[in-house]
Amino acid sequence: MSVLDIRDLQTHFFTDDGVVKAVDGVSFSLDAGEVLGLVGESGSGKSVTGFSILRLVDPPGRVVGGEILFHGQDLAQLSNREMRSLRGNRIAMIFQDPMMTLNPVLRIETQMVEAVRAHERISHAAARDRAITTLAKVGIPSPAERLAAYPHQFSGGMRQRVAIAIALLNGPELIVADEPTTALDVTIQSQILAEVQELARETGTALIWITHDLAVVAGLADRISVMYAGRIVESGPTEQVLAAPQHPYTAGLLGSIPGHGRRGERLTQIPGMAPSMSRLPAGCAFAPRCDLASEMCRSTAPMVTETGAGQGYRCHHPNAAQKVAT
Amino acid sequence: MLVFLLRRLAQSVFVLIAMMVVVFFGVYMIGNPVDILISPDATPAEIEETMARFGFDQPVYIQFLKFVGNALQGDLGRSFVHGEPAVQLILSYMPATLELALLGLIFSIAIGVPLGVYAGYKADRWQGRAIMTGSIFGFSLPNFWVGMLLILIFAVELRWLPSTGRGETVEVLGLRLSIFSSNGLQYMILPALTLALYKASLVTRLARAGTQEALMQDYVKFARAKGISETRILFVHVLKNIMIPIITVLGLELGSMIAFAVVTETVFAWPGMGKLLIDSITTLDRPVIVAYLMLTVLIFIIINFAVDVIYTLLDPRVRVKGEAA
Amino acid sequence: MSADIHIAPTTDPAKLWRIASRVAGLAVVAALVMLLGGVGLPPLWSRIILLVGLVALAAVLLRGKYAKFFSGPSAYVATACLLLLIVLAIFATELSPQNPYDLRQLDIMDGRQPPGSTNFDRTLTFHLGTDEQGRDILSGILYGLRVSLSVSIAATLIAMLIGVVVGIYAAWAGGRIEAILMRIVDFQLSFPSILVALMLMAAFGRGLDKIVIALIIVQWAYYARTVRGTALSETRKEYIDAARGLGLPAWRIVFGHLLPNCIPPLIVISTVQVANTIVLESSLSFLGVGVPITQPSLGLLIANGYGYMLSGQYWMSMYPGVALLAIVAAINMVGDRLRDTLNPRLTR
Repeated sequence: MSVLDIRDLQTHFFTDDGVVKAVDGVSFSLDAGEVLGLVGESGSGKSVTGFSILRLVDPPGRVVGGEILFHGQDLAQLSNREMRSLRGNRIAMIFQDPMMTLNPVLRIETQMVEAVRAHERISHAAARDRAITTLAKVGIPSPAERLAAYPHQFSGGMRQRVAIAIALLNGPELIVADEPTTALDVTIQSQILAEVQELARETGTALIWITHDLAVVAGLADRISVMYAGRIVESGPTEQVLAAPQHPYTAGLLGSIPGHGRRGERLTQIPGMAPSMSRLPAGCAFAPRCDLASEMCRSTAPMVTETGAGQGYRCHHPNAAQKVAT
Repeated sequence: MLVFLLRRLAQSVFVLIAMMVVVFFGVYMIGNPVDILISPDATPAEIEETMARFGFDQPVYIQFLKFVGNALQGDLGRSFVHGEPAVQLILSYMPATLELALLGLIFSIAIGVPLGVYAGYKADRWQGRAIMTGSIFGFSLPNFWVGMLLILIFAVELRWLPSTGRGETVEVLGLRLSIFSSNGLQYMILPALTLALYKASLVTRLARAGTQEALMQDYVKFARAKGISETRILFVHVLKNIMIPIITVLGLELGSMIAFAVVTETVFAWPGMGKLLIDSITTLDRPVIVAYLMLTVLIFIIINFAVDVIYTLLDPRVRVKGEAA
Repeated sequence: MSADIHIAPTTDPAKLWRIASRVAGLAVVAALVMLLGGVGLPPLWSRIILLVGLVALAAVLLRGKYAKFFSGPSAYVATACLLLLIVLAIFATELSPQNPYDLRQLDIMDGRQPPGSTNFDRTLTFHLGTDEQGRDILSGILYGLRVSLSVSIAATLIAMLIGVVVGIYAAWAGGRIEAILMRIVDFQLSFPSILVALMLMAAFGRGLDKIVIALIIVQWAYYARTVRGTALSETRKEYIDAARGLGLPAWRIVFGHLLPNCIPPLIVISTVQVANTIVLESSLSFLGVGVPITQPSLGLLIANGYGYMLSGQYWMSMYPGVALLAIVAAINMVGDRLRDTLNPRLTR
């Protein structure tokens, strides 16, 4: 059985200006030890998908439809207390900005020990020992001394390592990582990527890596799902999606990555802006920016075409997309 | 950090000097103090003699320099009524006021912080709105009327607590304090509660605003993602963050608490320096009024200074910046 | 839609509203002059004009924002309560069974009567009892309400005027003048208002005019600081540069552009400040350094009855206290709503 199975997830935001369908019918599943790259521009609904899994969507947002099955158990059916006992224990999350995620006025020790003791009845000393071990695992030098420090005494990269250590503390089965390396500089980014990959492999933890950067997940993820305007427009095994993108949006993202084995070629660029989520076009949401858009694209939204297990796309002109990209 | 503290100290000295000027010209120049010192039917020669004895016949600037010179030696004159040195008199009344203000401060935190945090947590629900409306009443209730009502309810009708006076005192470190004896504490509860009410509303509003802001921060969401209980998030993660501004404001308000104790002490016949001030105003005991003002200013300055130090100790971020500088 | 009206001053509704506000303002001023000077229309008519003018001013202030202002039942209750108390204060002369300031009407024989009792020849019922001098408490409350309200409104308005002049001058002049003025403001604000007022009253002695002066001195710095803050942020905006570029004289920029932008925060602050001033005035009167004994405010009424409270004659202090609480709470709640309505920056 898969660790996580999301079916037709709908998360809407009920604002004064109307309903924003931030996540509108997202489905995917994830096996133990598998890494899924969830790729999309900002505002595409990828982060909201991540928060929906942990049931941490802030008002006015609300999960209004679909199922999130964790080991076959629908998370929407759990009581708040049961959900809380899952969070940080069996499902953990890493946030985007390491400067903001740690409480500035509490010591690292407090923030790590409370995360352990929220789920296990063990002594402070035992929780502290586990915190030291985990900090060492994510590459923090002299962890025992660093426990007494406050977050501001760490660099950005170190803080994100601490946040990752907190996520790993209770040996979760699933980690949702919401752009955890975006705020860091490139060298630290690649270090952390490599370490996280190794840790996930080692422990068999399933990982959802949310990012706007296709290049980041290229070397990390087993499978990729590309989100656009609240929907998954293409998903499949990483090599296949990268080698033969079916959706013109995926192709556009690939074309804008430098150095993708195409020295001397011009980088392409997706024209236009990400659409406003409160005023989506009638047909395919990508149509206004798509070179291949036809009348059909503007009038009717494409359905998912399945091409294999966990593999498919939403496009009226799939093959043409591939031709344009290559 | 040292530079910062030294600069604050210089500012404080400046305020003290400015206040000396204001107090001197305010209290000593309005009206003629001789009129109250001697009987109305005194002969011009007698008036002349008294004027000379107190130095009132000398030019203003000489009088002022004398006043400053004496003040620097801790001498602010002798009380006309009590015959004691004014500073000594005020100092003997001060502990009663300070312990009252302190207990009032503790009450206002104990009442205001939980209410405010809860109101911030339930900001859009009826609970939050009800607390906010209640805090408006807390702002609006005149101090002396609250005191009277409390006396009427708890002392006259229910007979749970004594109405006025100070009760037993215990000598601690050479000071006579009520706060350490159970009988004295009973006498303190009503006045301290009266004094605390206004500040409790202030704390409630501060705590609510702080909580609302803190709840939107990523660290709260991350704490939720860790599976921490809402109670712990509110009363550890949020509270520790909002306590810094609350303590700053309250520390600064300790001075106004001492000032407002004037009204409360009058209602409860609490023998503190506020009551002494009102009595001195009615008897026109100017040296005591001056001594009260100067000592209060000194207290304000010390409080402002202490708040800065405490602030630095509470906020690890400020502490590090200070060390770096 | 109201925003559109705001931007285009030529459209008719806006013009009408502006005329309405001027007429209302003039009516209020005229009525006050007639009442204080004792000339022109009879007092009753002047009072009616005053009340209508005040209500019209409030209506102009809130135009297009009623829905936001009246969100929730407490806003209705507070507004109704405030309106009622203002009506009572304005028409105190007509409504009171007795003139409590006219010592000839008082009879010491009627002193300390409980609520509901009558006077000697049964021509007068004391619904809320009498105080030690035989003064009807109800009449005392109505007149006291008028004293408390007019003292604090007068003090607040004059203090606001001084504060606005100082604040705008500081912001406009800048440099050393600004630094000196603001140091003075900071210095004064670092001392609790009650202490400053207490000292001033101790020096001045009792009196209506004296307490107004003391309350002005206590408050002006507060307005100066606020106005200077708003004016500073306004002077940095482009339209002021544009106005300066056009060569407009300084007074036109100040009165035409700076001042109008400072008004919404000022209205909010002054509303709350009137409530604070009422409390401060009543505290001073309670301490015996406020209004004269012959013209008691609510605070003095409470103080007079205080001595009898513990012996069970609660009505002398209790009812004036309830009136004081009602007026202060009503003003504070209306002020709270005004802040949310007029100050979009403070709302979420």
